Amino acid sequence: MKVGLFVPCYVDMFHPETGIATLELLERFGLSVEYPVDQTCCGQPMTNTGCEREAAKTEELFVRNFEKYDYVVTPSGSCTNQVRNNMTAIDQTDAVKHVRSRTYELVEFLHDVLKIDAFPWAEFPHRVALHNNCNTLRNLRIASMSERREESFSKPKALLKMVRGIEFADLTRPDECCGFGGTFSVFEEGVSAKMGQDKVTDQLKSGAEYVTSSDSSCMMHQEGCARRMGANLKYIHIAQILNGARA
Amino acid sequence: MTAELHEELTDPHADPHADQLDHGAASSRPLKSRISEPQPRGAKIRGNRPVDQSEAANRFMAATEHEAMHDARLWDLRQKRDKEMHGIEEWEELRNLASGIKEHTLSKLDYYLELFEKNATANGIKVHWAKDGAEHNAIVLEILRSKGVERLIKSKSMLTEECGFREFMAHNNVEVIETDLGERIQQLDDEAPSHVVVPAVHKLRTDVASVFAKTIGSDPDNADAHYLTECQREATRPLILSAQAGMTGGNFVVAETGTFVVCTNEGNADLSANTPPLHIASIGIEKLIPGLDDLAVFIRLLSRSALGSPITQYTSHFRGPREGGEMHVVLVDNGRSERLGMEKFWPGLKCIRCGACMNTCPVFRRSGGLSYGATYAGPIGLIIDPTFNVHKYRNLPYSSTMNGSCTNVCPVKINIHEQIADWRKTLAGDGEISPVKKVMMKAAGEVLASPVVYRASLPLGRSALRHLPHFMLYNKLNTWGRKRDIPETPKQTFNEWYRKNRKQQGEGEKS
Repeated sequence: MKVGLFVPCYVDMFHPETGIATLELLERFGLSVEYPVDQTCCGQPMTNTGCEREAAKTEELFVRNFEKYDYVVTPSGSCTNQVRNNMTAIDQTDAVKHVRSRTYELVEFLHDVLKIDAFPWAEFPHRVALHNNCNTLRNLRIASMSERREESFSKPKALLKMVRGIEFADLTRPDECCGFGGTFSVFEEGVSAKMGQDKVTDQLKSGAEYVTSSDSSCMMHQEGCARRMGANLKYIHIAQILNGARA
Repeated sequence: MTAELHEELTDPHADPHADQLDHGAASSRPLKSRISEPQPRGAKIRGNRPVDQSEAANRFMAATEHEAMHDARLWDLRQKRDKEMHGIEEWEELRNLASGIKEHTLSKLDYYLELFEKNATANGIKVHWAKDGAEHNAIVLEILRSKGVERLIKSKSMLTEECGFREFMAHNNVEVIETDLGERIQQLDDEAPSHVVVPAVHKLRTDVASVFAKTIGSDPDNADAHYLTECQREATRPLILSAQAGMTGGNFVVAETGTFVVCTNEGNADLSANTPPLHIASIGIEKLIPGLDDLAVFIRLLSRSALGSPITQYTSHFRGPREGGEMHVVLVDNGRSERLGMEKFWPGLKCIRCGACMNTCPVFRRSGGLSYGATYAGPIGLIIDPTFNVHKYRNLPYSSTMNGSCTNVCPVKINIHEQIADWRKTLAGDGEISPVKKVMMKAAGEVLASPVVYRASLPLGRSALRHLPHFMLYNKLNTWGRKRDIPETPKQTFNEWYRKNRKQQGEGEKS
């Protein structure tokens, strides 16, 4: 199984440790993982803003970078959703279809494809609040959604439960969007920041020491709000916890 | 003004919650307002210029008491809705059914409309057809003039908001009295409804006290909800009793029986319809459903989705005029036929105006409904308003994080968040996008399409972030930094780390 690692632009730039943890974690399971160094972005900022035409060349580049792999894995559900469900600015060739159907968010790849049942190296004796990105939750269906009448499940929680010592903090509005929303965070700054502050307040009230998520983008926004608010909360990507990070 | 309070309301020993049910508005926690904060007003409307929702939203959030109450009240409704949903095992099946019934009816709308007309006419209802708001207003005015009506009482209707009905009637010397309490508050304050179900939800009790003090002479310092309600009841009841005509909307129009159904919690539609001898119902053509069996599906979903109560207090079926009276139904198109022909946007016509998408929308709860500057606010507004005026409402589809919660709560399964994305594409394709967005996205598209250009753009940006002092970063051009810290930039990117630590071991592959 040849796996291509996609490290989203903001992870590359601001959170390289998330990319490293993802790579190391996949390698722990004996996979051959490559990171094509000419990658940039999935095209989401343009598509999200409605500028599909402007996304086309970036999408083409993405496919060129990843078409040779059996799976493309990325520590971001939001980018996975873009590739899988919204990469429509370009001709839907066999290569494009292959890449779109084989791109997985890290948690679902571990949970659904590799069906991992233990992380013996992982221990995280802390109180942790879990945040699900909205694309990851409602489009990739990584967990059950509070608005729907369906069986309760959570793939990230199922994985985190295999980590020794971890304790979960419950939020009062677990499914509420944190207000990042990609370009929304810049174009609609006021509402975005207010939603972020409310999310941080909920996390503080839950008694969490750490917040974790399979998406760095939401956490980058939340962490920015938390720091400005002087909130004593730490943000860590799920890949790092599963890879055995010790606080 | 002194209102005569009912005995149970003035008894100091009575437990005010003793008889309340564990659902609906009755068990809502009273959200006390201690400081009197001026009510923030809605979006600034400047002719046909694009509405700036975020500007109005920022003013709403600056009124922190209002924003906190608004968010808490609507979240409370969402939670009650969830509770009701969990009580119905077949909830998702009901949603599928409701969506299917609406899709079926919309696909054969001409047939069902004519069937309704035939059956309603046989029931003694006079059926009128209006292609737009102006025609609707003219038809209603003609009916009123033929009967010499000077005062019309009406229940809440979003359609009449679309038609600019109240202003039109005011110009034509017909006094219109809203009978829904929230809608009456909004009328007296000369404001549009901010929500399709709870039209004054953006107001605090203190705001209502000040509106009533100015308009019906209540005590400006008394913001007790019971007192205010009683004052309004006393002020409005004589007007209701002396009106010569009543108007309602219609939640559902049943083709097979030629009847229509109005759902309210205050019974005000019944007052409006039954007190005067003349009843006019203004109804959008998308409200059709085939039969009464179908109605049952919607009745189970409507109030549960809207308020988290099992059913509205009143579900009134209107079959025909009472003896000596007249009943008219004005079926209004006002852009609906055109919308039905829009490949991506026709499913918006399935909407039953429950407001669940507004209650769950995190942007709506922080912004208030009037920030949208349009008849329909919140998620459903984002996808309907541009069909009325694409230029004026071109910014609205951006007032969303596209989190998808709206789609999940929608009882008729409208793919709201997907349509928001589709609107953005349509608007950008038609040149209806702000120049700032366009320029930024064009630049981003070019940079991200080239690994060389992209990598070259990084060190500069990162060193700028690292070395520039705070006052340079947290300025007007950088909206990220206004209320959020910018992430610290690490010493190297992942790409740099990988090239250094892994790439020499083989072409991007660990040996």
